Amino acid sequence: MVRPVHRRPGQSRKAQYSLFAAYVIAVTGAVAGLLLAILSVVDPIGFAQLRVVSQEITAPVARVSRSVIGSISGIDDTVGAYVSAGSQNRRLRSELADTRRELVATSSLQEENRQLKALLKLQETDKTALANGYLLTSTSTSSKRIALLSIGRKLGVTAGQPVRAADGLIGRVLSSGPSVSQVLLLTDVDNIVPVRRARDGLPALAYGRGNGDLDIRTLNIANNPFKPGDILVTSGTGGLYPPNIPVAIVVRRQDDGALARPLADPGKVDAVSVLRPYTPDNIEAQAAPAPPPAAPAGATP
Amino acid sequence: MNNRAAPRLGEPASLWRMRIVPVATVMFASALPLMLPLVANSPVLPPLGLLFFLCWQLLRTEMWPVWIGLPLGLWDDLFSGQPIGTAVGLWTLASIAIHYSSQRIYWRGFLHDWAIAALLIAIIQSLAALIVHPGAATGRVLGLVVPQIIISALLVPLFMRLTGKFDNFRLKRR
Repeated sequence: MVRPVHRRPGQSRKAQYSLFAAYVIAVTGAVAGLLLAILSVVDPIGFAQLRVVSQEITAPVARVSRSVIGSISGIDDTVGAYVSAGSQNRRLRSELADTRRELVATSSLQEENRQLKALLKLQETDKTALANGYLLTSTSTSSKRIALLSIGRKLGVTAGQPVRAADGLIGRVLSSGPSVSQVLLLTDVDNIVPVRRARDGLPALAYGRGNGDLDIRTLNIANNPFKPGDILVTSGTGGLYPPNIPVAIVVRRQDDGALARPLADPGKVDAVSVLRPYTPDNIEAQAAPAPPPAAPAGATP
Repeated sequence: MNNRAAPRLGEPASLWRMRIVPVATVMFASALPLMLPLVANSPVLPPLGLLFFLCWQLLRTEMWPVWIGLPLGLWDDLFSGQPIGTAVGLWTLASIAIHYSSQRIYWRGFLHDWAIAALLIAIIQSLAALIVHPGAATGRVLGLVVPQIIISALLVPLFMRLTGKFDNFRLKRR
């Protein structure tokens, strides 16, 4: 480009001072900004509220563009269904997805039965959703995996609530505005979910990799018991995610655990449900209405 | 009487348009990813706001004061999902770097501009990812943003052309 002319402002004191002041402002602001960034990494909840306004601005546009583009892809699906092979493929795929869902449900139910018989009576949480919505958009340029949920505080969504789709866990609510809320996806690098293998209840932890996959690590490092095809469900340990929500399927073994793929792809799910966090007071609150006179004493796990 | 539709000789371009167009393009490009119905599993989109920000500064180094990264970076932070303050700091440091390089390299060419923009994008995106995930392994975090950096570096010429188009519109008389 053209050689800049006014780089050295000459003899004018005013021009010299204003150039100097601009640099002072810039350097001070840059340092303050980086300090603020480090602070907001340490305390993400407090600063997440600042973003609510900007999301309330973009959410209506995202709603419109989602409905437009969603209908376009709907047309694509309809055309594809006219081809016989395509329709058969679609039907088989949906059957496969249904079967897998049933398989997950039965295997986790078996495990649940075994635990209920063998161990103490664990309270079964209410599976009904607090609210239902859909994922509008996400932070596609950042390495942070945050999606925007179409419902917010008006429908009872608050920070810390788990979010799931029909196929499995999606993530948890990070912060909520009046009509939209942020969801930290399962695959974010900072999201750790306590899971267990649906087949035998082997406990493990699922770490997000940030690129759509999960790292599964067992709590005892002695041997690597995972096989491709193992299905992992939430264990309820730690008290945030209710137990027995399908999470991921193991793709291959690794040195220190396994690589797994989430069962619910946030880019493809239609509707998601916001659940109550699995905390002792919530469990009691849901257990109490069923037997109104006999309040179970000491039911807290 | 003058014909109001035709530009008069020596008439300057609209001052408001000269000032608003660059800021508006950067702000819109920063907010655009949150308006698309795309739920991504990894950072797939290039940082559109940053690309426009760098291209404007490479095209018109003296158009903005060196602290312009403070307000524009804050706007980008509100939409990008990064912790507030990341782009405030990194964008401002980038514009200081561009001002410095324009003192060092007289008569920058297209390849210079491309190289400077690609280098700054690589540094900014890597540092931003490292700031977001302080606890994670460095190599893994950098591996996340490498595809995005490559795509962005390849898109720099396109954004240069777009910025040039906007610049023509900005300086058009009437």
